[in-house]
Amino acid sequence: MRETDPRSIAGKAPTPERRVPLVVVGAGVAGVAAAIEAAEAGIEVLLVDEHPVDNDMMAMDVPLCFGQRMDGAVRNRTAMLARVVETNPGLTRAYEAGVDVQLGTYVWGAFVSGPTVRELPAPMLGLADDRRSWLVGYDRLVVAAGARDVMLGFPGWERAGTLGAAGATALLTRYRALSARRLVVLGSGALGLHTAALALEHGVEVMGVVEVGPHVRGDAEAATALAAHGVPFFTSHTVRAARGGTGEIESLVLAALDGAGAPVPGSEREIACDAVCLAVGLTPSVELLHLVGARLRFAGALGGWIPEVDASMRTSVPTVFAAGDCAGFHDGMLADPDIARAQGRVAGLAAAESLDAIRGGTTAARSPGTPGAREAASLARPLAADGVHAHWQTWLASLVAAGGWEVNVCQCEEVTRRELVETMPPRYLLWDSPQMRARSVATLAGDGPINQDQIKRLTRAGMGPCQGRRCREQVGLLLAQAAGTSIDRIPLPTFRPPVRPLPLNVLWPADEPAAMREDWVSWFGIPTQFSPHWEAGMAIDEPTAHARLIVSDE
Amino acid sequence: MMTAVTTRGAAVVIVGGGVTGLSAGWWLARAGVDVLVLEKGIVGWEASGRNGGGATHVYSPLGLEEQRLWPQMDELLGYPTEYQPRRIGVALSETQLALARRWAEIGEARGFRWDALDRRQLKELVPIVGDNAIGGTYLHFGGHANPQRTVQAYAWALQDHGGRILQHTTVTGLTQRGGRVTAVQTTRGTFGADVVVIAAGPQTGQFADMLGVWLPLAPARVEMIATEPIPLMGVGGVAGNGLYGRQTLRGNLVYGGGPHEWIDVPDMATPEHANTPLVRNLARRLAELLPGAAHVRVIRAWSGLVENTPDGLPVVDRLARPDNVVVATMSSVGFGLSPAVGRAVSELVQHGRCLFADLGALALGRFADTPPDWRERAGWIAARPAAAAIAGHRG
Repeated sequence: MRETDPRSIAGKAPTPERRVPLVVVGAGVAGVAAAIEAAEAGIEVLLVDEHPVDNDMMAMDVPLCFGQRMDGAVRNRTAMLARVVETNPGLTRAYEAGVDVQLGTYVWGAFVSGPTVRELPAPMLGLADDRRSWLVGYDRLVVAAGARDVMLGFPGWERAGTLGAAGATALLTRYRALSARRLVVLGSGALGLHTAALALEHGVEVMGVVEVGPHVRGDAEAATALAAHGVPFFTSHTVRAARGGTGEIESLVLAALDGAGAPVPGSEREIACDAVCLAVGLTPSVELLHLVGARLRFAGALGGWIPEVDASMRTSVPTVFAAGDCAGFHDGMLADPDIARAQGRVAGLAAAESLDAIRGGTTAARSPGTPGAREAASLARPLAADGVHAHWQTWLASLVAAGGWEVNVCQCEEVTRRELVETMPPRYLLWDSPQMRARSVATLAGDGPINQDQIKRLTRAGMGPCQGRRCREQVGLLLAQAAGTSIDRIPLPTFRPPVRPLPLNVLWPADEPAAMREDWVSWFGIPTQFSPHWEAGMAIDEPTAHARLIVSDE
Repeated sequence: MMTAVTTRGAAVVIVGGGVTGLSAGWWLARAGVDVLVLEKGIVGWEASGRNGGGATHVYSPLGLEEQRLWPQMDELLGYPTEYQPRRIGVALSETQLALARRWAEIGEARGFRWDALDRRQLKELVPIVGDNAIGGTYLHFGGHANPQRTVQAYAWALQDHGGRILQHTTVTGLTQRGGRVTAVQTTRGTFGADVVVIAAGPQTGQFADMLGVWLPLAPARVEMIATEPIPLMGVGGVAGNGLYGRQTLRGNLVYGGGPHEWIDVPDMATPEHANTPLVRNLARRLAELLPGAAHVRVIRAWSGLVENTPDGLPVVDRLARPDNVVVATMSSVGFGLSPAVGRAVSELVQHGRCLFADLGALALGRFADTPPDWRERAGWIAARPAAAAIAGHRG
């Protein structure tokens, strides 16, 4: 028996409320496929999905950029629960396959052992709904968390009505609760055209598709179909500003760009609209993969940081698999959901097989039509090998050229582009000094490679309640530009739990081990640590069991 | 791409770009001393930049200097630290009240003022305390600052005075000749030095060991949470209920406390700032402390790696042999004391002793008889990882 420090975590590790052989996070196409595949192989599966997300969370643009354009129906939880089931037939199929489906449930944390975490008895996830949080242990985890919006700012984008393609799509298809009536879509790639078509299909008027480049980027046929419905295309255009009173977008001002990408004076045109949808790109949602310690790599053609996976969609952490958009997103996946589905099936089957291997059994025969691992891996490759970030950078450059530097990059913390690249302390400090004015991203780059987390903590860009969802990518792009580097060379900014912003009285545990309460101290509980140096032998301490002191051999 | 590094040494080479090393370097640089700080990662990236920001350590031999310096630091550095004076202690039980009063009385013994607060007074000052609070203390001393902003301020101010910092530079060895350390070996070359300061936090003991010097240290991991901003309170330095922390000037509630996890030094070669489900327990205690904020959202959590000596007190000392080495390890309480300890180290470097305070209580000699197995005997040891707990080591 080792001696135990009563003030340490030893012996106080939490017991998960439940332990499940396989947890699948995300009930999109990939997650549903993984869950069904594993369940049909005889594995007990828990499928967790956060939709329907409650109104307060949506209002913070979490997990997607909803732009305050959800209608009042989202306040009715029961109705929304019914609606997300009705609009996602995969959920019913999963339920029928014996999968335990939990909707309206956030996965806000993933906790695993590591060099500095030894006392955790097993890997576990932090789950929560609107009322409480709990822990679930897992043997295998499939992360199918999807992709999220890449947002780029322009003057007035703080107004209600600025949403992202993923947020708009969720409101249109999953919630059927988009309140926008007249939408402008930014971006003419597959994502922009797809979003515009969805909007039309759901009776939303598309006031225009704006493209920074000289040509429509996406499929010509899809563009023609939109044009046939009267959707105007504005190529070689960018956004000057969004306008409106009382915090709402009422119009969008566009500016034409010349051959060098500079706004043409006098070319402005104002389009009446109540929503602007950023459909320039999506980036994989890798928060949980980062938390479990899966190795991530930067893949420009797949939307940014993605997990390294083998042919069976297994990450560098052998108990964790990734499938669907979070494993790497490209335009082809929008048109063909079979890609994500195949990845999900491969991941689900591989997870089931690896569970079976430890139980000494054999997995039920592979169902007909399950793609081979090799096939799924090849499906995961993008059609074009071009990185998306150069295109995002072009968009951002045009927005800076048309909108200037006094535009918030981080809405939550109100940090402008200029304040970011000049590493200005937040305005509320009212600080000014010649020394401070001499510092910038450029001078920091002289001290070492640019680190987004370091600059975040100085400027506060990305430190607000949306947890950087609206600014993470544009901050990275601006830093790369200011430091004369490219975004792939900037280390991944970390994700911290809880990866969903949860109230204290939701996150807190209803029950705690007695030892957690009895031995709790603010610091180490070393009785001499805070004792007055002029009173030898005096000890100040929170009066419970002392830490044991071994100073001398006596 | 790493720029080429000239292996130009300095009069004083400081091992460790945490808050202690940076403050020491800044004090030396502003005294005109040629100084070079070597940091394995980014300045202040470990516990120095991710702690509770408290600046109320009047019990320490460095405490009076800490209190004297903090109100001047913004001006002295030329960069903002977000220092805010005063503290409020909130007690939810008689035991907690006795503890809060004890802290206040220690300050009183040093000549500082404090007032006892009843529940009504407490609620006026901190509207989000609840009926579960029985009283508290108002300290007219102490305070808090923003750790990350402060470490960067030290680093920048050090550079402004001509000092140098090399980040992403790991110290691998110390060259000794004639009873002195003559150079510091790193992953980016060897740097000659007249005096070496070792201020490497949890790794300080390993560097002491290279010199044949016994400096017992046990590293540990501790966790904190931060909420979304809420309206500013008059005094942000509000703590109690087993939590340390503050309301930042932005309005976030940032708190830590509770059980630590002892770890091993070699584990920290690749530092991580992992959290555990302890964040939930922290949330519970914060909601108990400030029930009026129970609905406020937690938006991030993190952990920091700190070290402790066997008695929990710093070691700030100039070695007898080799006699040109100063060690400074703050035993997990370094941020608040940093203005003072930096000055103390600069005096140990320049004069061989601290001129403004008696550092006898912080001398290394007190551990001469500490047995090698002290961590095991105290129970301050890292758990062996349970086989089942290592993600991926099954199946």
